[in-house]
Amino acid sequence: MSAAEPILEVANLVVELAGDDGMLRAVDGVSLSIGRGEVVGLVGESGAGKTLTAEAMLGLVRCPPGRVTGTVRFHGHDLLELGERELARIRGKEIAMIFQNPGASLNPVFRIGDQVVESMALHLPGARRDLRQRAADILQRVGIPAARTRMRDYPHQFSGGMAQRVMIGMGVSCTPSLLIADEPTTALDVTIQAQVLALIRSLAREMGMAVLLVSHDLGIVSQMCHRVIVMYAGRVVEQASIGTIFRAPAHPYTRALMACLPGLDGVARLGTIPGVMPGLTAVPSGCRFHPRCAVAEPRCAVEEPVLRDVGDAHRAACHLARRAGEGPRVQAAAMSARNGEPG
Amino acid sequence: MIRFVLSRVAQTAAVLFTVSVIIFALMRMIPGDPVLMLLGDDFTEDAYRQLRARLGLDRSIVTQYVFWLRNILQGDLGDSVLLHDRVVTLVWDAFVPTLTLVVASMLVGVVIAVPSGLVAAMRKDSAWDWGSMGFAIFVYSMPSFWKGIVLIWVFSVHLGWFPAVGYVHPWQDPWQGLWKLVLPAITLGTFFSGLVARIIRSSLLEVLDQDYIKAARARGVRRAALVYRHAMANALIPVVTIIGLQFGTLLGGAVLTETVFSIPGMGRLTVTAILNRDYAVVQGAVLLGVCAVVLVNLVVDLTYAFLNPRIRLA
Repeated sequence: MSAAEPILEVANLVVELAGDDGMLRAVDGVSLSIGRGEVVGLVGESGAGKTLTAEAMLGLVRCPPGRVTGTVRFHGHDLLELGERELARIRGKEIAMIFQNPGASLNPVFRIGDQVVESMALHLPGARRDLRQRAADILQRVGIPAARTRMRDYPHQFSGGMAQRVMIGMGVSCTPSLLIADEPTTALDVTIQAQVLALIRSLAREMGMAVLLVSHDLGIVSQMCHRVIVMYAGRVVEQASIGTIFRAPAHPYTRALMACLPGLDGVARLGTIPGVMPGLTAVPSGCRFHPRCAVAEPRCAVEEPVLRDVGDAHRAACHLARRAGEGPRVQAAAMSARNGEPG
Repeated sequence: MIRFVLSRVAQTAAVLFTVSVIIFALMRMIPGDPVLMLLGDDFTEDAYRQLRARLGLDRSIVTQYVFWLRNILQGDLGDSVLLHDRVVTLVWDAFVPTLTLVVASMLVGVVIAVPSGLVAAMRKDSAWDWGSMGFAIFVYSMPSFWKGIVLIWVFSVHLGWFPAVGYVHPWQDPWQGLWKLVLPAITLGTFFSGLVARIIRSSLLEVLDQDYIKAARARGVRRAALVYRHAMANALIPVVTIIGLQFGTLLGGAVLTETVFSIPGMGRLTVTAILNRDYAVVQGAVLLGVCAVVLVNLVVDLTYAFLNPRIRLA
């Protein structure tokens, strides 16, 4: 699906955090858009700035000590320009967000039902009693058995998977047009993961809701998303449709992430990316990925590549990426580099 | 919850039993023979044995303890040799003003501590934070006799707003009673408020950093509801425990405050009794003080459990 009708457009988003010696850029000029009903994956290792990007969109980064610049266009507003009061009207109503740790995302001293009803009452008209009924219906819909009874329970009486279902239920209770899901299954068992992801996918389809799925797992993203945005060290390094990115990944980092997926190419082999993501205080010169890149050239250490078109709705930030038809130079190089590594 | 209540009550009973044994043992270890003291200089061997038997001192130590405990449970703590009155009456009459002072101080303390802890946490590292925490440390570390004297000097001697000394039961004369309670309650209550304000601040800061606060914000919960409902409900749970633990400290602290403001409370009674070696009174005062602290902590623990669903429903 193409982003023909973007509901959210982020342009040049910069998130800076307070460090010991001044501000550190954790997100550096991220631009992305999400179409109506589109499911977009935001991928990268820990520390790539995915979560901060997502939180900054909703104004959840504390400023100060942080600083957020750029624009986040949503329904004709720049969310970064809005005050807390206006933002509060959009949060939960138009854009909902669920988090990595479902157990810790629910207030331990309030009953589940009260928390669901509270967030509905913030944005929806109607008497408390009607909202309770609707809350029960929603919890039933997201797969909480005996939802009416369980509404009287407290968060500690819910398993992680059940708590995440509650969070999802709360998230979709006001039929938002965008759901930001920040690593929604990372803290869950593998079997529960699949159920929760299937739930998000079916709700998104049912409600025509767009989803921004933040994940470090390209495998999950491949099952869920129409489009993928890959981040590295605070920057977007590649974006493309899910088909394109698996068929013809243009950035060596994307390729490396794929190599970390088990059994994707039919070979039971796990790759690793050598080295670690650079810290915010020691961002490499040139291309930020070059110290870990298998195919880096001398100029990669000097010149910073810009994000440019390398195909149809396919953009990458790599000097070696070529437009489709210009020769599969990176892919060949990356493949040979990978094959040279011990499995 | 029922399990928790039962185990806590059993624990309290065990503590009270231990305390009674210790107090009983201490009374027996005081040097001197009470029979000799009662008989005076001139007595016969027979009279000695008779009085000893009448006082039950010829029985085994365990039997003596059982009799002693039975008397206490029936409200008989003996008589004061010097004050010529029943110890129960003396101790209770002194305990009521002290308890009134402690409760009033706690109210004053909470009224000061909640807003100042709140403002310090909400505006962390600002002038508000430093100001209210500086004030908290200041009033916490000032000795209460000094605070009391300064308050009397300013508000009684110079401004004449409040009486300097004395005590009246607030339920007998509400106006006079509360009026006379203001300065002592501020003296003792500010000590309490300093501690509680600091705990509210750190507890609130910790809670505000939790995921569920961020998640609630992401659902559109407004700042006021976030702080007063979501955060405070969690942040006040540890504060309840501190209030219970501090009850004992305040009972002890009341002694100095009572002295400064001439309140006829436990402090005065106990100090006088110790100086006069009026052991029955000392024993009664200690027993009542200990029971009060232990019972208050039981109530506080049950409240804590009630506030925290993780314990209430376990």
